[in-house]
Amino acid sequence: MSFEKFLFYLFAVFLIGAALMVITRRNPVHSVLFLVLAFFNSAGLWMLAESEFLAIALVLVYVGAVMVLFLFVVMMLDINLAELRAGFVRNLPVALVVALLMVAELVMVLGPARFGLTRYAAPEPRPADYNNTAELGLALFTQHIYAFEIAAVILLVGIIAAISLTLRRRPDTKYLNPGQQVRVRAGDRLRVVKMKAEEKG
Amino acid sequence: MIALSDYLIVAAILFSVSVAGIFLNRKNVLLLLMCIELMLLAVNINFIAFSHFLGDVHGQIFVFFILTVAAAEAAIGLAILVVLFRTRKTINVGDIDTLKG
Repeated sequence: MSFEKFLFYLFAVFLIGAALMVITRRNPVHSVLFLVLAFFNSAGLWMLAESEFLAIALVLVYVGAVMVLFLFVVMMLDINLAELRAGFVRNLPVALVVALLMVAELVMVLGPARFGLTRYAAPEPRPADYNNTAELGLALFTQHIYAFEIAAVILLVGIIAAISLTLRRRPDTKYLNPGQQVRVRAGDRLRVVKMKAEEKG
Repeated sequence: MIALSDYLIVAAILFSVSVAGIFLNRKNVLLLLMCIELMLLAVNINFIAFSHFLGDVHGQIFVFFILTVAAAEAAIGLAILVVLFRTRKTINVGDIDTLKG
């Protein structure tokens, strides 16, 4: 078994194992951490498939930003775990049957008979000076520039929606109104009183 | 050598695991979101594998866009979840029945 194949099986086993842990852990924080592990291992798989840019982007953007966001939210919510686990055992047989059926069917369709090495020969390894990022960028900024712009707009909409959904103004918070502060005059604050001098005693 | 079918089978198992996760954790919105992330990951593995074996970079472009949209979806989904928790004090799917659906 070549080292490449060994790495593939290592990453694949850890990926599936982490995914199984994600769906079975009692504590959602553990689930998120196992999800991070799953993303790391699939980044390894992508690296083996010579898509280096996306592997690094998955680790940096997905693990670094999206999963941390998940972790923040999970830790922020004070959820009743026992209530959410209700029905886990009851649904287990159905879930197992459905999952095993799906795996069996997909393996029958996608198995080595149709997508094996005889049908799709392994491509030659890329030369050392092959630049995956440059090739991806070339295709992205020429043929797919329109989709790229739409993706940017989707992200903008995502930002605005997330902020406007979670923004909350508390009625009991004390804050200053700068407009009123600027418009204030000395007469509003200071009252000059004229009075006769009082006699002593 | 690693065959295309190896990648496809790993992705198929990952997808089925996340479908099972949706069945098992159907009370917990957070876990449902995580299972959707896993499903998208399985789809991405398929795209990358085909891109590698067919020598076509456009599969990777697709993965790029899927990652973008998934990030936006996660951000909005979590924002909705936070608002839901603030108003209802629960993220149990069984309790979200105001619409009597």
